[in-house]
Amino acid sequence: MRTRATALVRDASLGYDQKLRQLAALATESVDYPPLSPACQEALDKRVICDMYEGNAPYTPRYVLPDYQLAIANGSAHLELDPPTNLDDALAFLQIMYAHVPSVTTYPVYLGDLDKVLAPFVDGVSDEQLDRSLRRFWISLDRMLPDAFVHTDIGPADSRLARSILRVERSLRQVVPNITLKVDPSITPDDLVLDAVQTVFETAKPHFVNHPMMVGDHGERYAAVSCYNSLKIGGGAHTLVRLNLKEVVLRHTGDVDAFLTDTLPCYVELTAELAEARVRSLVEGQRFFETHWLAQEGLISLDRFSAMFGIFGLAEAVNLLVAYEGGTGRYGHDAHADALSYRITERVAELVAARPMPYCDGGEGRCYLHSQSGIDLDSDVTAGTRIPVGDEPPMFEHIITCAPHHRLFASGVSDVFHVDETATRNPEAVVDIIRGAFAAGMRDFTFNLDSNDFIRITGYLVRKSDLVDIDQRGARHSSDYLAAGSEAAFHLSQRAVKRIGCHERDPRPGH
Amino acid sequence: MNATHGLVTDTITFSSVDGPGNRFVVFLQGCNFDCIACHNPYTINICNECGECVTACPSGAIDFSPIGRLEWSHDACQGADACIAVCPWDSTPRSVVRPVWELMTDIRAAAPFLSGITVSGGEATQQADFVRELFGAVKSDPATANLTCFVDSNGATERSTWTSLLPVMDAAMIDLKCLDPEIHRLMTGQPNDQVLESIRYLAAVDRLYEVRLLLLPGINDDPGLLDRTASWLADLDPTIRIKLIGFRHHGVRPTTTGLVEPTAEQMSNYSDTFATRGLFSLCVI
Repeated sequence: MRTRATALVRDASLGYDQKLRQLAALATESVDYPPLSPACQEALDKRVICDMYEGNAPYTPRYVLPDYQLAIANGSAHLELDPPTNLDDALAFLQIMYAHVPSVTTYPVYLGDLDKVLAPFVDGVSDEQLDRSLRRFWISLDRMLPDAFVHTDIGPADSRLARSILRVERSLRQVVPNITLKVDPSITPDDLVLDAVQTVFETAKPHFVNHPMMVGDHGERYAAVSCYNSLKIGGGAHTLVRLNLKEVVLRHTGDVDAFLTDTLPCYVELTAELAEARVRSLVEGQRFFETHWLAQEGLISLDRFSAMFGIFGLAEAVNLLVAYEGGTGRYGHDAHADALSYRITERVAELVAARPMPYCDGGEGRCYLHSQSGIDLDSDVTAGTRIPVGDEPPMFEHIITCAPHHRLFASGVSDVFHVDETATRNPEAVVDIIRGAFAAGMRDFTFNLDSNDFIRITGYLVRKSDLVDIDQRGARHSSDYLAAGSEAAFHLSQRAVKRIGCHERDPRPGH
Repeated sequence: MNATHGLVTDTITFSSVDGPGNRFVVFLQGCNFDCIACHNPYTINICNECGECVTACPSGAIDFSPIGRLEWSHDACQGADACIAVCPWDSTPRSVVRPVWELMTDIRAAAPFLSGITVSGGEATQQADFVRELFGAVKSDPATANLTCFVDSNGATERSTWTSLLPVMDAAMIDLKCLDPEIHRLMTGQPNDQVLESIRYLAAVDRLYEVRLLLLPGINDDPGLLDRTASWLADLDPTIRIKLIGFRHHGVRPTTTGLVEPTAEQMSNYSDTFATRGLFSLCVI
């Protein structure tokens, strides 16, 4: 630890804040891990199951979604702030509050549904004034919260604020904040979706979510945060644990039925054990919800939290199981392989739904299932339930193959579709595809356009120009370092446009 | 072949470059033009079953059937395109006769993702009866009735072709290779009187979505000629949608020599010429 701490403090490519955060992470390694059974410990050591390197002693929930509307309406005693009465005061209020919202990345992963949070303050403000104020606010967010997991949501209703946010976004072309547009075919006008698609062409944002499906799982008060985790507003996720399905299959002998009835349930339980240990550590050990001001002021409440149960490596798991039985079909290209993929995710969903989890009332006492989109350490394994990068069928077949999984993953799937530059001359074509994808049962997805400066790493955005020479000169966005790791691991200059993913801390010093 | 079956080169489920929105595109085999700048020359002729491609195919996907007909196997094909490269007849063994109902199965499945369908080619109007059957099926099926039906054509057909399609066709996109009949003949092997008449007629009945001009430096890009073309189109409808496409070598027959791609400056000049002659909705690619 002394060696690593020395290396960190002397690393010329890290800024002061980045050193501070990584030293704090290093310190938690000296704390005991929550007690685990030997089988669970072994699965964790071999990385069949994974704790996302959240640290030995979680002292904040992984994702926190404060109820900003409530905060703005009531003010905050802790922050000594009265309820704001105009747009300038509201923006200042939010900026102050963001500085006090915890998360596993140390930056707030949710900024509020800003079109709704700010709605009470725009009467009498001209579009020009609104753009000017939001532009200044947007620049502050990117400079003060330099992390691509910082996220705001807009929609499903059209509004002057939603339009202004998209205009400002196109004019600034920043990494921060990440944005989601909630789409309800019966509420969201095509014209707003079109505006969003035009914004995708400039900045690879927003992400699109199926609002009616999300409301069905979480109620109206939900948001997509970080890199595409859908959770309850006023709640969040204690932790994210994930199961590497490829590694599970590699530990399996026997046929598909035996996999589904014996091997898979065993590892699902080990993953759940890991989640439970971490949830108890946070809630009972560190007593986060008894001590944090957001909980004390009612801006979050424990009963709107759950834990996230992620899976990844479905593609490799399916292909290996097909091969075990003498087949040659591949996930995404063969009806039999695809059918097996649905059996696997449905079985996982069934097992997770049958496993009670403490302090998870947000998920009715169960984990939220999540199609986990990868971290920069993953190699030779495909994110979540995706079809491997470079092996995707044409977009229609791609969507039709992936869509049946989506309903199972209440806390998000986030497939990524690649569009080529010709679509920029016909954005209505992309609007058509968005409508179709939701009609086909997709929950959420993102488009990438390979001709702009933005690339999507596991799910978060970086600017290609920010990755050049990062080893020598450092970077302003902490997420850029994760991207640089991914760039090296995955040759992302060729492949990133088709990958999706996630966030979290990198355990390796120097990154 | 009857009207319920078409000789289909290929289909694309999602296209963003064949009309408004996302479209299902059906490419029909066979064309009545022989353009020097054709970007998919293997769609020009109907396969004459000469068999040159049988030995060229690296995956053994093409062979003569026991009764002596050339057959291509979709399942065995690996898409190497060796058959197209070796074909001495500007054709392909991969075009297949497909019934309307079979195409409708694919169109129905994709319909929630589409603004419409486009029939292209080859030359779509060479199989106009089939096109009418297909469009009629799209319009009468509740799952696809909201889709628009477009034809992408070289315009070299009788007015009666268009009148027969009008009840089921929402609009057409017409290529205008050249306003000058002699240059047109040089470029396509055919006169342009039917083309001009088709554009005139479709504009008059308000079924002309777009006129496309493929511009080849030194051949059909004379400033005076383009100016006359712009004036002629502006007389028909000064707000017409015009797509100016710079020639590109991609896909063109290797035997075609001497064609050059326009520079960005030339494209800009073409665009300026049209912009000064009308209120055209101009798209330059």
